Amino acid sequence: MSTESKTLFEKVWQQHVVVEPQGEPTLLYIDLQLLHEVTSPQAFEGLRVAGRKVRRSDRCIATVDHNVPTTIAGRLHIIDQIAATQIATLRQNCAEFGVEFYDVNSHEQGIVHVIGPELGITKPGMTIVCGDSHTSTHGALGALAFGIGTSEVEHVLATQTLPQSKPKTFRIAVEGELPRGVTAKDIILAIIGQIGTDGATGCVVEYAGSAIRALSMEGRMTVCNMSIEAGARAGMIAPDAITFAYLKGRRFSPAGDAWDQAVTEWSKLPTDPGAKFDRELIIDAATLVPYVSWGTSPGMVAPITSSVPDPAAAPNEQERKGLERALEYMGLTAGTPLEDVSIDRVFIGSCTNGRLEDLRAAARIASGYKVSTHVSAMVVPGSQAVKAQAESEGLDRVFREAGFDWREPGCSMCLGMNPDILAPGERCASTSNRNFEGRQGRGGRTHLVSPEMAAAAAIAGHFVDIRNWEVKA
Amino acid sequence: MEPFRTLTALAAPLDRANVDTDQIIPKQFLKRIERTGYGDFLFFDWRRNAAGDPDPAFVLNDPRYKGAQILIAGKNFACGSSREHAAWALNDFGFRAVIAPTFADIFFSNAGKNGIVLARLTEEQVAQLLHNAKTLPNYQLTVSLEDQTVTDSFGFNATFEVDPFRKFCLIEGLDDIGLTLRHEATLDTFEAKHDQAGWLKAKAS
Ligand code: SF4
Repeated sequence: MSTESKTLFEKVWQQHVVVEPQGEPTLLYIDLQLLHEVTSPQAFEGLRVAGRKVRRSDRCIATVDHNVPTTIAGRLHIIDQIAATQIATLRQNCAEFGVEFYDVNSHEQGIVHVIGPELGITKPGMTIVCGDSHTSTHGALGALAFGIGTSEVEHVLATQTLPQSKPKTFRIAVEGELPRGVTAKDIILAIIGQIGTDGATGCVVEYAGSAIRALSMEGRMTVCNMSIEAGARAGMIAPDAITFAYLKGRRFSPAGDAWDQAVTEWSKLPTDPGAKFDRELIIDAATLVPYVSWGTSPGMVAPITSSVPDPAAAPNEQERKGLERALEYMGLTAGTPLEDVSIDRVFIGSCTNGRLEDLRAAARIASGYKVSTHVSAMVVPGSQAVKAQAESEGLDRVFREAGFDWREPGCSMCLGMNPDILAPGERCASTSNRNFEGRQGRGGRTHLVSPEMAAAAAIAGHFVDIRNWEVKA
Repeated sequence: MEPFRTLTALAAPLDRANVDTDQIIPKQFLKRIERTGYGDFLFFDWRRNAAGDPDPAFVLNDPRYKGAQILIAGKNFACGSSREHAAWALNDFGFRAVIAPTFADIFFSNAGKNGIVLARLTEEQVAQLLHNAKTLPNYQLTVSLEDQTVTDSFGFNATFEVDPFRKFCLIEGLDDIGLTLRHEATLDTFEAKHDQAGWLKAKAS
């Protein structure tokens, strides 16, 4: 194959190389930085102390998502003073440094990774960073998007660049047709289960194959979102007609001639035939099923039809101890069928599964049913726009009638920095991305599932195989 | 950032794989707007029980490891969230070096920015060090960034890889933004040209 063949990642990377100094990392230009209240205050403070400015405020946007309460009353008066200070600090910093800010009650507010694509700010071929590991979400549109630490946030604010060593490339192709009841979330849970939580460390993953191509934009975002859970630096999917249809007419998308020109440029981005990847993995879509995580790491997943694994079967001592510890924390006994595990809470939302399509899918399952009497379930739209659209379609009514709580947008119980948390020992079916110890509240037990599986679990009171669900709607 | 050359210090064993940053610094401490003062919250949910009292079973509560500046951990250390607070907390608590078979990518750069040296050794070497730190009283290690070695006084001697530029920055304690600004003229030229690519503009309207 010709040496000219390049991967999607390489094309985007090359277009952003400012300089490659001898013996130093490449200086990479960053097209867009997304900011939120938790990882930015120290970065702005650093600028202030050093007397520096924001180099390109037109290449930044900020919103509040992690801390904001998800009830209307809670948002009017934020009781948690430290959270309120953090939000006020971002507001002030954005005003001082001229950064566009979507405040608590703005129509654009939402989880950064939901609003970027929704506003058409995220676009193919861009480099995008945010002080948040799930920045990988934006790769679904063919951008190179990755999470960074606060010192790097400051670096980008000051210089619009980042020194970066070039990551390796990893192509994961999912080929074939997804079986009924199997979602984008199941694809990524299966991948992480297979390659492990450090399986893609140091790599940018390109998801490819007919099953990925067939996904909607929302589904692609779900897959790319959890790349970081496999240790990847970023996840990417080549832009195509689905991407362009999604972006057309969005607020910050180009229009008119500029749109045609953009599509021409974006169409050059997909990986060339014959381009080489450092690693490749092919997955047969037909083998995938609905999954449930049973442990305290996103790699600890199993098919819904299976049982809690037995630590005794672990290949070595360290792994056995790890499994035992996870089962103890999760309050599970080896051998219990996953369908017999009963739950207390359900959380539908987050940057993984808090988009319109996710809510539609969950509502379809919930419609005509009632949430189990021993379960408390909440739906938290990923953004104001998602919420408004869902309400115009009557999804809020479907959820409310079934007994779900319908909330205001934010990260909510994905990480429980706001009042939405699990009590110790509570077990939750969650559409979020992390099941770490204490992630949703100290002592809380998180099981990662798709929105459909979460909705069905809310109604049944325990996990169920969505493939056997009777849809009433 | 404090320069780092060589450190000889007490080593504490954290014999767990996939320690995530949610454990290193739980979310309830991410609401602060300062960069300092996170040491008390390091591994908070492991160090303290639900009532807030120290859990004697957790290794960093063991008086034997008081004052440790080197942490030995299992593979994929500091995976998960990008929170730099994890590096701040480790640093604030007194850790200047972490030894593990592998580290998560984002933490790798966060640690570097905060003067924490990360030494990647093999699984076998780390297992040996964990064993030594658990069994030998006042077990001291020497991490030399200059020589890229981890040694003890019992004959353990391992080398680790470090990117030459990162090494230079750590040894000199250099500010990254300052380093980037050496290329400001090149950046200005690049940016002016890059701005012509309308399809890469964040806000087209
Ligand atoms: S929804 Fe969860 S994972 Fe996504 S940005 Fe918010 S806290 Fe992070």
